[in-house]
Amino acid sequence: MKRLMVMLLLLVASAVAQAHKPSDSYLSFKSEPGHVSGQWDIALRDLEYAIGLDADGNGEITWGELSARHPDVASYALARLQVTAGDAACPLQATDHLVDRHSDGAYAVIRFSGECAAAGTLKIRYSLFFELDPTHRGLARIESGSVTQTAVFGPERAEQTFNLAAPSVFEQIVTYVREGVWHIWIGFDHVLFLLALLLPAVLRREAQTWLPVSRFAPAFWEVLKVVTAFTVAHSITLSLAALELISLPSRLVESVIAASVVFAALNNLYPLVSERRWAMAFAFGLIHGFGFASVLTDLGLPGDALLSSLFGFNVGVELGQLAIVAVFLPLAFALRATRFYSRVVFAGGSVIVAILAAIWLAERALDIKLLS
Amino acid sequence: MYLSSLLGLLTIVVLLSGGFVAAEPFRPTDAATVLERLPMNRGDERARALAADRARLAAAPRDPVLAMKVASAYYALAGAEGDPRYIGYAEAAMAPWAADPKAPADILYLRGKLLQWRHEYAPALELFAQALQRDPGHYETLSGRSAVLTVLADYAGARRDCETMRAREKELYWASCLAYIDGQTGQAAAAERQLADLLARHAGSSPEGQLWLLTRLADLATRLGRTADAERYYRRALALNITSQYLLSNYGDFLIDHGRHAEAVTLLRDWVRSDVLLLRLTLAAQALNIAEFKTYAQTLRERFAAAAMRGDTLHRQEESRFQLSVERNNTRALQLAVANWAIQREPYDARILLEAAVAAGRRDAAQPVLDWLAQSRHEDPQLAALAQKLMGGKP
Repeated sequence: MKRLMVMLLLLVASAVAQAHKPSDSYLSFKSEPGHVSGQWDIALRDLEYAIGLDADGNGEITWGELSARHPDVASYALARLQVTAGDAACPLQATDHLVDRHSDGAYAVIRFSGECAAAGTLKIRYSLFFELDPTHRGLARIESGSVTQTAVFGPERAEQTFNLAAPSVFEQIVTYVREGVWHIWIGFDHVLFLLALLLPAVLRREAQTWLPVSRFAPAFWEVLKVVTAFTVAHSITLSLAALELISLPSRLVESVIAASVVFAALNNLYPLVSERRWAMAFAFGLIHGFGFASVLTDLGLPGDALLSSLFGFNVGVELGQLAIVAVFLPLAFALRATRFYSRVVFAGGSVIVAILAAIWLAERALDIKLLS
Repeated sequence: MYLSSLLGLLTIVVLLSGGFVAAEPFRPTDAATVLERLPMNRGDERARALAADRARLAAAPRDPVLAMKVASAYYALAGAEGDPRYIGYAEAAMAPWAADPKAPADILYLRGKLLQWRHEYAPALELFAQALQRDPGHYETLSGRSAVLTVLADYAGARRDCETMRAREKELYWASCLAYIDGQTGQAAAAERQLADLLARHAGSSPEGQLWLLTRLADLATRLGRTADAERYYRRALALNITSQYLLSNYGDFLIDHGRHAEAVTLLRDWVRSDVLLLRLTLAAQALNIAEFKTYAQTLRERFAAAAMRGDTLHRQEESRFQLSVERNNTRALQLAVANWAIQREPYDARILLEAAVAAGRRDAAQPVLDWLAQSRHEDPQLAALAQKLMGGKP
């Protein structure tokens, strides 16, 4: 027998190409109150061993062979995965069937969802393939709100419970601070508006011309005033919008934001407002706040920690702004008396920002696409 | 806003590099798209026989003869192909006896071998002891236990099991058992003569038996500095046409150690699927600086990551060499080599720890290996040179 097996191996060895990895499945869960959904990746090789997929027995599994067995695959797999929330079961239904590749070959992907009659601790009982291959493992990732837990299911650890307690207020604030920093960083229009306002901070207007400031202090105070005014203004409208006290159409908001950038840039070239730029920062900051609010709406605010999340997001936006200022101000101050700064950075930069923002304005106001 | 979408894309890439999801799932458009090629074609007559045995076993899971037949077939497949799924299938066939110390000796023995595969030596020895209680002369168990005790550097214990065989078994079995231990403990030349003599006098023995003798002879000849003889032994072993991970990995190392990297690549090119052999292939490709090296290294990196997610520690030997030679992370390589030496103490494990300790300049970490070298009197110029380097002398 042993000899036969060895011969058999020689016959098939040249045709095999998949990797030698122990059998694993990859399970990802998303848990919400009253509802679970997720995705389960199961190796085709394992499904073949368990229920047979290679209908024509030619050693190859085609998409046709797999899709013909989708109902069987779903009922076989989902019968081996029990989810309970609180005291009530969450019966799972397959919602879609796809395919994916992992480091050892092709996997069937089952998307599933289930309703739970109760809420509370999530209990998962996993028993896929254990009777066929006790070395099989289910590698799971459970997401609940902003918390992600991982687990490995095996025959000795087939049932595990997950405490989905909401994260602490502090954790939540930290999460939103991070989001705030990230969104000022990728919110290109807000950054450009701020830079357009800051470019003249190291210069002073005298007799229709820009001259470098002589000391750091006035430049610093000018920046502080502008940034503070912008911050206070957008914090006000961000909060009002996030609390759903005021709502403006997003096309209008986005268009006015683009217009504010155009205005701020042109104002450097043909000054209308050269004193009290902080007032301009405040006025347009009110509009930018609505822009931040739409980001926050997309993120989803936790109902139980609305104010702390809002606070965290605001702090994050400020930190992001401060980081930009901290890089900009020393550089600008050092270069302020050079022709490079007055011609290239200040004048050239303002022209480029104005053109770019004008294109955004056209795109947003007319709902067309100019930049790819 | 293409910059922000670019940044968004970057975020997604960063998040996914966590490794959980390989790519976005997709829906093939053509029913004829081949998704997977199976290792065994069900149309094949012998694969059908194994499938039929499996089906019969499913109907009578406590039939010890059938269970042994199925489990040993899968165990042999695992040894040839290095595929751990077969170990899982064999374990499933043995599952009805999982907590039964009164199971037949054959079954206790095979369950021990399965644990040995997973480097769980203490529970394996326990099962071997139970098997020998059922049948004190059980040849496979005696020889299996002797091998495990050798791995653990308990040479006296290993020798005892060979001696037990002497009274009951053919000379080939007990004599080769003893000669193998001699070869590890300061009598390499005598052991090589003994094994060569046994091979000559038992030319008609099973190909598996000849493979065993030839691979051990090749190792002894290498250590005795007789490279040409070692090469001849390896060639004869390959000519047996038995697929064996042990043979391929040993010959692969031999070729790499002798600077024959191109031949190593040719030997192992079709074995990307086996982690043990892929490591050798990667090292050879690295030395040759060929384009495939990057792909091999990345594949191996992903396999180690996947094993870590499971909590597997079976690949410490390979991972240590990978960290040392490819990732150039001497600290990590040494950690892995030290952890590996705590589990098993074969010459190959010693080599890994010595190399890592030399690279990290940490003689203290290799002290247990230096002690083992002195106590076992194991002869190997390669290990001696490494030890010499570690102790600050010239090799």
